[in-house]
Amino acid sequence: MRNAFADEVTQLAKIDPRVMLLSGDIGNKLFDPFKKVDSKRFLNCGIAEANMMSVAAGLALNGLRPVVYTITPFTTTRCFEQIRVDVCYHEAPVIIVGTGSGLSYAELGPTHHSLEDMAILRTLPGMQVIAPCDATEMRLALRAALKSSSPTYIRIGKKGEPAIHDPNISFEIGKAITLKEGADILILASGTLMPNVLTAADTLNNLGLSAQVASFHTIKPLDSEYIKRNLSGFKAIVTVEEHGKNGGLGGAVSEFLSGLSHHPKHLRLGTEDEFMHEMGTQEYAQKKYQLDPSGIANQIQLFLS
Amino acid sequence: MLNQRQDLDLISQLQEHASQLRANIIETSSRAGLPHLGSCLSSVDLLTALYFHKLKIDPGNPHDPQRDRFILSKGHGVPALFQVLARRGFFPQSNLDHYGEDGGIFGEHPPTPSHLAGIEAATGSLGHGMPMGLGMALAARVNKLNYSVFAILGDGECNEGSIWECAMLSAAQKVNNFCVLIDFNKWQATDRSEEVMALNPLADKWKAFGWDAIEIDGHDYSQILDALSQFPSKTGKPLAIIANTIKGKGVSFMEDDNNWHYRIPTTEEVTLSKKELGVG
Repeated sequence: MRNAFADEVTQLAKIDPRVMLLSGDIGNKLFDPFKKVDSKRFLNCGIAEANMMSVAAGLALNGLRPVVYTITPFTTTRCFEQIRVDVCYHEAPVIIVGTGSGLSYAELGPTHHSLEDMAILRTLPGMQVIAPCDATEMRLALRAALKSSSPTYIRIGKKGEPAIHDPNISFEIGKAITLKEGADILILASGTLMPNVLTAADTLNNLGLSAQVASFHTIKPLDSEYIKRNLSGFKAIVTVEEHGKNGGLGGAVSEFLSGLSHHPKHLRLGTEDEFMHEMGTQEYAQKKYQLDPSGIANQIQLFLS
Repeated sequence: MLNQRQDLDLISQLQEHASQLRANIIETSSRAGLPHLGSCLSSVDLLTALYFHKLKIDPGNPHDPQRDRFILSKGHGVPALFQVLARRGFFPQSNLDHYGEDGGIFGEHPPTPSHLAGIEAATGSLGHGMPMGLGMALAARVNKLNYSVFAILGDGECNEGSIWECAMLSAAQKVNNFCVLIDFNKWQATDRSEEVMALNPLADKWKAFGWDAIEIDGHDYSQILDALSQFPSKTGKPLAIIANTIKGKGVSFMEDDNNWHYRIPTTEEVTLSKKELGVG
């Protein structure tokens, strides 16, 4: 997804002279093609993310469309106040991209995990929050963010994520995409965990539980109309994300459900309210938090029993 | 000789503006209950020199893409900036009669640019304005425009790490259209700035960070104008003007007394201040 991001932002820079790329000393050689388009529009802002975010706001308030890129914790929690004040309060159309989101960088330890980024950025007025499930959604999200005048946060994975979508799908910020029709369980999922979710849905299907799966690529604004349209008939709504159970997609959906008089019960799947102290790969970490395909299927079965 | 005569005329005009501005700031602080009076008064001469001499701005066309940008990075000094903007014609002076009223836009920190023409950044959280200014200075380069960006920083504000992050990136990017003026009044909210964070030697710090730095008396107009005339520099470096100032400057019983970071003057104190400033 990182390579696709570098390619997409380069293509966008070719056709839109307002596009700038700010990197926090990351992406060795990844952005050489972008620099070839226009070296003046690439800024290596160094390992100084607070300053980078304010600089982006200053650029955006003067007609440019900066895309800020670094590892997720450093482009979100590290400079949250700069995002809040300089970007959101000023309604500066900055696009913030976090790479290696969720547990993508599991091996690097909790300093590099991001399991609270969607929760905190979702609280900021005007901020759009997007977690694409594959390179196609990421490219389309980036294009849509550039057309929008609101600040946008896009959390992406690292590399090798399988393609979920046909590249020609239609995409709109805040409009969920049904990936699989079903009748018993409604699974709403965000981000790069999607392959696990689809495999889990197949497992459940084999056990006689028909699962509908939707890509909720946009966490804010939440597609509450989709949920409303699809409420009746389902035994349960399940949200799945590679993010803490608190405050992300699960939090957003449960906030919406709490305003309804009747709704199916809601299961939130994500990581626990803890730091992961042991070392391990992303696969190991997903298994630990039961976010691997069988973990997801088992948790859903248990919830329904 | 003619030039010197012109300079003297200019300086006496600027001093007249500054006295009136100080009186207005003190009066408004008393009426609306606005704190940070000492911080406002130390920056008045820098603001006056910028707005009535240096900045390429047109109050009738406040969104002109070619305009110079000014950011009050020490946003708590906005009672001074609002008076300067009114006097410079960005909005009628009478608008400030409603300063501090519920539902208005004139508060203790600047509103966002979309809420008041003449404001470039809604500062207040320290260490944000200067980096936003760097973004604006870099935007000039990309957009092929010739404007400059000026920012006034507090010495207390130089505690913030983002100021020094910004200083390093500014130097690396050789933004010679970027000038910061440090209102070095030697106090921050609760203590002497030198004792809190060991700021000195401040000019040497900026030089070590790759900037040109000039140290001046921030209340002496010939020194302020001379420093500003050296900008944009020919060295390709951004410029830091370290302006040694006095908190509460202009009123004997406020000068260098940090109680006036929060104190609100009484009606009698306003009268005394105006008398000292020679403003009727």
